[in-house]
Order: sequence, then structure tokens, then C-alpha cells
Amino acid sequence: MTSLIQQQVSAARSRRWGAWYVAEHKLRATRAFFWTMLVTVIGTPFLYLFAFGVGLATLLTRNEGFAELTGIGYLQFVAPALVVNAAVLVAVEEYMFGVLQGFMWNKHFEGMNASPLSGRQIVDGMFLYTGIRAVVTAGVYYAVVALFGGGVSPWAVLVIPIALLTAYAFSGIAAYSSSITEDRSQFNMVLRLVVMPLTLFSGTVFPLSQLPIFLQWIGWISPIWHGSELARQFSYGPTEPIWLSILHVVVLLAYAIVGWQLTVRIATRRLDK
Amino acid sequence: MTAPVIVARDLVKTYKQTAAVDHLSFEVAAGESFGLLGPNGAGKSTTMRMVGAVSTRTSGQLSILGLDPDAHGPEIRAQLGVVPQQDNLDNELQVRENLLVYGRYFGLPRRTVATRADELLEFAQLTDRAKAKVDELSGGMKRRLTIARALINDPRILLLDEPTTGLDPQARHILWDRLFRLKEQGTTLVLTTHYMDEAEQLCDRLVVVDKGRIMAEGSPAALIREHSSREVLEVRFGSEANAGAAAKLEGIGDRLEVLPDRILVYGSDGEAALAEVTKRGLEPVTSLVRRSSLEDVFLRLTGRSLIE
Repeated sequence: MTSLIQQQVSAARSRRWGAWYVAEHKLRATRAFFWTMLVTVIGTPFLYLFAFGVGLATLLTRNEGFAELTGIGYLQFVAPALVVNAAVLVAVEEYMFGVLQGFMWNKHFEGMNASPLSGRQIVDGMFLYTGIRAVVTAGVYYAVVALFGGGVSPWAVLVIPIALLTAYAFSGIAAYSSSITEDRSQFNMVLRLVVMPLTLFSGTVFPLSQLPIFLQWIGWISPIWHGSELARQFSYGPTEPIWLSILHVVVLLAYAIVGWQLTVRIATRRLDK
Repeated sequence: MTAPVIVARDLVKTYKQTAAVDHLSFEVAAGESFGLLGPNGAGKSTTMRMVGAVSTRTSGQLSILGLDPDAHGPEIRAQLGVVPQQDNLDNELQVRENLLVYGRYFGLPRRTVATRADELLEFAQLTDRAKAKVDELSGGMKRRLTIARALINDPRILLLDEPTTGLDPQARHILWDRLFRLKEQGTTLVLTTHYMDEAEQLCDRLVVVDKGRIMAEGSPAALIREHSSREVLEVRFGSEANAGAAAKLEGIGDRLEVLPDRILVYGSDGEAALAEVTKRGLEPVTSLVRRSSLEDVFLRLTGRSLIE
């Protein structure tokens, strides 16, 4: 049977665009909960900026220690880190639940793999979609930050691509999720013992230098610290030597690439059973 | 005869030390309806995954549509339709959307996929459920949607792994009807099952597989002719009296099979065998004369029944 459809079916097209088809699929699935997502994306920055930028900042300004320490207002200090953090949280959600859904709860990765798509394309597609979500989240967050007067320099908008890079730096979590074969709420552990401490001790809501030296290493290994510091350089900086900024980029890229390739490897092996 | 679309020679798949598929050889011709019959754990699904070009074989030769899956996975999969044992539809999407996104994976233009999706919803008798959530569908409907999805690229070979396991009789019959139509249209079907009636309904030819090996091969009718008798008499004496009664049945029919709950008497004439049983002064609690089936073939070949 050489019908019209069979003539149009193309492994070559699929080889080239496969990852995008996966992202397209995920975007379509997003439509179902578009409104809840939109409310969350817009609502979250308002909540945080009121709490930190207005509430906590008032307290800090009265004590007048913060501005002395950093040379800028608390809102300006915290805003870039909050944007980065928001993108990270959205990505981590996809790395955990999106991956496990595809492998275990719904098994639709197996369905995708039965078509011309390869394991690598499925992972790439998931990451592409994760990136889109992270950019939208960071973009909306930044808009609200600007509204509150949190961005000082015109370069502050670069916090969006930096947030994306930081989100990708957490891709190792996707590799871990790909290896999970039994659901024992491991994700609660990841969130509480990995993501949460990395957020709290990464110079997000106070400068890393405020921590005792024996705790500062958490910041040095944390993608959130590297991302936030980098974002701050463009928001109101520079506040650090250029080599350190370059180091931030290198560290984030390294995390992202290693996590990504590891995910591809584990996922491909898992599908080939 | 047309060239075979699937050729497997000495196909082996080993997990750690165990061989799930142990030197399997078979061929499937274009337009043929081919079945892999066997109990759970026989290696059917593993074989299907290798044929579906998603599982790398440990050794042996495998050619699908003239291509080696190790080198041309995407090219092979572009021409296959796969209905897995467990539905892996996307529950977050509506019924029709499941077809739309899947069609895109084959590089099909949006407009083509949309037309094709509507045709297939019609075929799967799901047109009025197009906008429903997958979770709202019954088991039979989900199966039909999975089959529709597998047909989105108008595949040359359709692979079905236990297509009707877990469905109620009515849903099975609807499904069989749809599959029979595909067969009539010339689609090559490869299916696994542990249901005898399903194999007899749908398969032109089949292999009986056990522990990763082929036990017998042929058409359902030929297998029955070769490995079983024309008719079977089933008699039950109650689990206590079964073994005792079996001793007294020696010589009736061609062959006896003593199972824990009943005795099977194989012969050309079931009614005559039953008359002989009564003549010997035995009174079975229940008796049944039926045609021999593939279940009997399997029992004969392996000493075990297909569904434990």
C-alpha cells in the first residue's frame, strides 16, 4: 500500500524536527491547565515582591545595615535572585514530574519511542518545553520586578536568559528522575534536601558573605548562587571581578551540559529494554 | 510469493543471565496475519519490542521491511503501527488530540494529520468522544483509541501486543471486528495473545512460544490437526475422585490428559467416548464434548495450560 499518507511519512523529517514535535505535544497538553498556570505565573512574583521587596525591605531599611553592606536597596538586591529562583522551580517541576509521568505514570515516552522518535529527541523535546516554561515564568516575573522598580540597569533584562541557563543547570535532576523505577516520594526528598537548602544558602535573600565561612561552600556549588550573582551583575553591578562572572557562566554551562547528556543516556537505556 | 516483511533468525535477547528470547526464527509475509501465542513470560512482548525497533537484540539476525533495526530504527518505526500491551496514551490530552500529536511524530503536515485523525476516530467508533478526556473512556475505548493512534501513519505492519487482555467479551468482539477489517484491507498484522479464541479468529499462521522458544508453528487448523485430536471430552469427578477415575478410563479415546480438576479425553468422537465412560460404570459430575482448540495444542506441547 503506497497511499498518500505513507508517502508523506518521513523518518528524515522526524529525525530533524523530532524534539520540536515533543515540545509541541507538551505545549498542547499545557493548554488544559493554562489558566491555573497563568494565575500562578503572574501571582507568585506579586506575592514574593510584596513580602520581600516591600515587607522585609522596610524592616531592613530601618536598620540601615543592608544598604551599607551592599550599596543598594533590598528590593534591587533580592529581585534578580527571585527571578532566577522562579525559573529554577518551574524547571525542577518538569525534571521531576514531567519525566516520571512520561516513564511511569503515563508511559507516553514509550509511545513516543514507538514512533520514529529516539530517546535523545524525547529528552531534548522535554528540555525544550522546560526552557519555554522557564523563559515565560522568568519573563513575567521580570515584568513585575520592573513594575516594582526592582531593575536598576537597562541590562537587567538579561536576568531572563540567565534564569534559563540556571534552570538548565538543574537538569541533573531529570537524569535522577529517569532512573527512578519505583515511586516512593523521592521527590519530596529532592525538594527538601537539595532544592530548598540550595535556595536558602545561595545568597538568594541575603548575601552569601553573611554566612559563616564553613557554610559558604553550599553557595559555591549551588547553581542558584552562580545564577543569582550573575544576574545581579547586570541588574545593578558590577560588584565582582569579571573573572568571577565568567566562572559563573562556565559553572552553569557545565552543570547544564552534564545533566542533559546524563539524562539522554539514562533515558535512552531505559527505553531500550 | 512476496518477499517477507519480517525475517528473524536465531533472535536472542538476554537480560543479565536469563534469555527472554532464545533463538527464535520466523518470517512474516506481507499481508499476512501472524500470531505469537504463549503464556505470560514466554518472551512475546520482548520479541515484539525487538520487531518494533525499540529494543536492541543481543544476537541473531533481524530484518524489518528489509532494514536492520540496529541501524535504521527511525526508518523502520516510521512504517510501523504499535499497540502496546499497556495503553500509553497521554491522559492530559483529549481523545482527538492524542491522534494529532502522534501524527506529528511521523513528520506529517498538520492538515494531513487532522483529516486522518477524523477518519480514524470514525473507524474506531469514537467520533462522538473526540473531545472527551482519555480518563473518561472505558477500557475498550482506550484500546480502540490506541489502535487508531497506531494507524495514524498508515503503517505497513501493525504490531499488537495482547490487544484484548483485560477487556470484557463485548469489547473484545468490537475490537476483533476492527482488526478483521484491517486484515481484509491487506494490513500485515503481528499479534501476541494468550487467548486461543483470539488466535483462531485473527491469525493465518502462528507460532506457539514457551520460555523464549518456538514449540510449534502453523495455521491454527493445522496445529490442531497435528498436535491434537478432532474432539475432546471433558469429564469431572470432583477433585477427590479424579485420579481414581482416571485409572479406569485407560484405553478410551486416543489419549488422556489428567488435570487437577478434570480429565480430558482426546479422540475423533467425543460422544462415543462419553458413552464408553458411562458403560464402564463411571458417573462424571459434569461432562462436555467440544472441538479441539489451540489450548489443547499448548497443553500437549508444554504440559501446562496457557492462562495459569
